[in-house]
Amino acid sequence: MQYMCLIYSPENAGPQPGTPEFGPFMKAYMDFGETVQEAGKFVAGDALHPVNTATCVSVRDGKTETTDGPFAETKEQLGGYYILDCEDLDEALKYAAMIPSAEHGRIEVRPVMIFD
Amino acid sequence: MLPLSSSQTAIERTVREEWGRILASLVKSIGDFQLAEDSLQDALIAALDHWQKDGLPKSPAAWLLTTARRRAIDRLRRDHNFAGKSKEIAYLMDLEQDTMEDDETSIPDKRLEMIFTCCHPALEQKTRVALTLRTLGGLTTEEIAAAFLDKPQAMAQRLVRAKKKIKLAAIPYEIPDHDLLPDRISSVLSVIYLIFNEGYSATSGNSPIRADLCDEAIRLARIVTQLLPEQAEVAGLLALMLLHDSRRLTRMDRNGSIIPLEHQNRKRWDRGKIDQGKQLLHQTLPRRAIGPYQLQAAISAVHADSPSWEQTDWPQIQALYALLYQLNPTPVVRLNQALALSHARSVDEGLAMLEEAAAGGALDSYQPYYAAKADLLSRNGDHTEARAHLEKAIELSDNEADREFLRTKIAQLKD
Repeated sequence: MQYMCLIYSPENAGPQPGTPEFGPFMKAYMDFGETVQEAGKFVAGDALHPVNTATCVSVRDGKTETTDGPFAETKEQLGGYYILDCEDLDEALKYAAMIPSAEHGRIEVRPVMIFD
Repeated sequence: MLPLSSSQTAIERTVREEWGRILASLVKSIGDFQLAEDSLQDALIAALDHWQKDGLPKSPAAWLLTTARRRAIDRLRRDHNFAGKSKEIAYLMDLEQDTMEDDETSIPDKRLEMIFTCCHPALEQKTRVALTLRTLGGLTTEEIAAAFLDKPQAMAQRLVRAKKKIKLAAIPYEIPDHDLLPDRISSVLSVIYLIFNEGYSATSGNSPIRADLCDEAIRLARIVTQLLPEQAEVAGLLALMLLHDSRRLTRMDRNGSIIPLEHQNRKRWDRGKIDQGKQLLHQTLPRRAIGPYQLQAAISAVHADSPSWEQTDWPQIQALYALLYQLNPTPVVRLNQALALSHARSVDEGLAMLEEAAAGGALDSYQPYYAAKADLLSRNGDHTEARAHLEKAIELSDNEADREFLRTKIAQLKD
């Protein structure tokens, strides 16, 4: 069973590059990566550039519209994700809670849809 | 063959008593809440038909389980996605071979797995309550909706959504691992206590469904106590509810007004429930795994043992609240401790503690705070201030029974 762990946090929350906390924070992410790799749970995972690099595209009546970024009001932004292969929701929640950003943001855990 | 009416009663009794156990076992073998419930519903319809004609089978529960499994196979076969389900069908048919001779004793008890799933923190609190009542309590969707003043349609949708989430997000149908267990037990207990309080709360009147909720909560707690005998807080909650419920008949007068503990007719308290509650406490307290439910039950037991309000062992109650405050440092616990202190020691000491509890502003819109303070003030002879606090309490009350009670209090004050 695959779960996508979506990492949401307010931008600028948590350790920032250039601060002494940033090194340990990155190290924690590497450790987490190793943990899920070794446990055989890791399917995919990436970090995303900040939301100010985002572009939205939509098609209405055949016409493509391109706009800068998503809606700015949302305080919490998607910063990255993991896809983990877990037994059940409890296991997925256990690993999601180990993602370092869980300490200042929140991890949304969603089951990946299977078409059979 | 049994006469029609008695088979009808027997069917209803079986359904009420065995619904949870049959459904839990069915979910375990089918792995799908909705399919299990639909199939059991099918089996019940078949039971009404067969049992009234041919009389009750030797083991009605086993009959229902076997029939429900067959109906599940039928339902899976009818499924548009038949090919994809062939594995499940083969599994169910194997099961059927094994369980044709099933008797009641061999139905595996999966109710604990079921209650942990229904009370999983991934579900909204109200959904946990509704789902537990539906699956373990066997209450109908209409009954649950009525108890929570919801529309049946909305309640039905809530239950369907929950069952879908359980399936799609793979909320486990298992007894949680050791490290998760304390958290999950506490979620189960708070669901059961919510059910009880929903039935017990004065705000919602005296309808029979309300009283049923208290009985249901006690029944659920008995099941969990029996399945998790080593967990002291489970027994603690059961004891607490039994002790509270022993006063059910004396808590309200004929007009539905609240009668406070002080004025209840103690001779009408249900001694049977009190004894059961106390016995549970005698078993759990020595285990030294004290928790909030056991402490609240112990407080209730001290009241139950007292022949009158005046003879209450207030120092004991004050000490128990002090322990409770250590585990559960909330202003509301402190408020209750302050009241006990006012009886155990002096009104002034009670007032000082009450003020300390209210200092952070946490009790500013908490009706019982103003009622408690009015009580202490009037006992100190300050009737003018007491009246002002009672008026504030009336303003904050959300139901007529409370307001009526508070108005009586005002009438008793001297001008």
